[in-house]
Amino acid sequence: MQDNPAKKADEKSRYGTTGHEWDGIQELNTPLPRWWLWTWYACILWAFGYWIAYPAIPLVSSFTKGALGWSSREAVVADIAGLQTLRGPMTAKIEAASLTDIENTPELLSFARAQGSAAFAVNCSPCHGAGAQGAKGYPNLNDDDWLWGGSLDAIHTTLQHGIRWDADKDTRSSMMPAFGKDGTLKPNEISATADYVRSLSGLSTEKGADLALGQSVFAANCAACHGDNGEGNQDVGAPKLNDKVWLYGPDKALIMERITVGGGGVMPAWSARLDVPTIKSLAVYVHTLGGGQ
Amino acid sequence: MTHPTTHSPSLWQRHQIFEKNSIILVIGILIAISIGGLVEVLPLFYLKSTIEQVDGIRPLTPLELTGRDIYVREGCYNCHSQMIRPLRDEVERYGHYSLAAESMYDHPFQWGSKRTGPDLARVGGKYSDDWHRDHLRNPRSVVPASIMPAYPWLEQNLVDISHVGDNMAVLAVEGVPYTQEMIQSAMSDAKTQGSADDASTPAFTKRYPKAISRDLGGNVGRLTEADALISYLQLLGTQVDFKLYDDKANIR
Repeated sequence: MQDNPAKKADEKSRYGTTGHEWDGIQELNTPLPRWWLWTWYACILWAFGYWIAYPAIPLVSSFTKGALGWSSREAVVADIAGLQTLRGPMTAKIEAASLTDIENTPELLSFARAQGSAAFAVNCSPCHGAGAQGAKGYPNLNDDDWLWGGSLDAIHTTLQHGIRWDADKDTRSSMMPAFGKDGTLKPNEISATADYVRSLSGLSTEKGADLALGQSVFAANCAACHGDNGEGNQDVGAPKLNDKVWLYGPDKALIMERITVGGGGVMPAWSARLDVPTIKSLAVYVHTLGGGQ
Repeated sequence: MTHPTTHSPSLWQRHQIFEKNSIILVIGILIAISIGGLVEVLPLFYLKSTIEQVDGIRPLTPLELTGRDIYVREGCYNCHSQMIRPLRDEVERYGHYSLAAESMYDHPFQWGSKRTGPDLARVGGKYSDDWHRDHLRNPRSVVPASIMPAYPWLEQNLVDISHVGDNMAVLAVEGVPYTQEMIQSAMSDAKTQGSADDASTPAFTKRYPKAISRDLGGNVGRLTEADALISYLQLLGTQVDFKLYDDKANIR
């Protein structure tokens, strides 16, 4: 490397060299493209403008607020207020109308279904599925098989207060005993009961199943909530057992598991999270999915 | 701009000292970056407006803290953020934007910068414990389109709470208000929180207001990693009561 470069212009490029040389290899000192350089200068200027216009520079006990007075937290409040002016008139109507009136007024119904469908996608679909088809342990909401009632009011109450949601004192609650875990029923009784439960909806039973035992165990332990013939009871959220709709599945092993561990599904109380019109819209949306009563 | 064939002004020649000496260049870079860091980061430590004055934020319970460590261990932050930005669509979807106060006891914070999955800053109370258990075991069982990996071992592994007191002691040094009493009763508090009301619940709830102790797994006496993680997830974003929170007082 030479300290005092011989800055000869290169014949072909017309640019000089940096004066660096490594074993005869020299480096051209090609200037940066003009467009690049001017963009760069413009960015530096922009930065100064930005410092003046927006909150930027920390001071001793505060920071510069910027000439525009912009604040992200004020901006989001304004944005949401903007949404409110768009939706406000309709959500006010939804809030004021009864659930039945919403369903009977096409204008309100279409708004409620749109709002309900958006809220369902965000809040309900992780358990009940994107198409409300449910999953194992989480009921399908398209059919007319309801655990706690399929009327508009019943759905609305469920949404507001949840199911077995301890934080809400008005929550729907009931608890199926863990007949197997706490030793109330013996394994052969659980097996016989599971077979009997399958027989209620006409499903095949295992060879040699003791249906008589199953029936007597059912009458003594299950009928109080699930009904004498397994017709269910929506007052206590006891599923119907004599139809072909199953919350956990119709396999005998699954039925035995439910008898063994008991319990029941949990749904959050949405009144703590969503506003009144959104919950009403959700109730209408779910009610109009197909199975509303 | 200087054309190299003309005589260079002295500034460019002086700059050559950086170009020709790598150590000086490194020191120069360090100084330049430090200025940026000092100006951008340091003021946040002394400006009183950085962290909002809010009620309700308490340090994590030993079980939640253990759950948080599992959250970090499994790399949840790689796909899930915990930061609802003050933007309309985020507030619409996830709820009130995150406050600095809500992560003031997090070391390190879990804000994240990538959302392959949804934001979790307010996931607490949104789903049931059972759902979290099903979802951690196999996300596809409840969300068919999910691309989240399954974490079936979480409900099989018993949770290791033997170090949680030590972890709390270290966090206390970092400024999390864990008392000596909290640190000493860490292990028993973790067990208390993971079981439905037992005799030690009132003392536990006194140490950690509003902490809910319940049987998270349905398997009494067996405290799993899933239990710890779920207790943490169910707390996220639930500590500030936004019905009482004064938005206007905290406009920055």
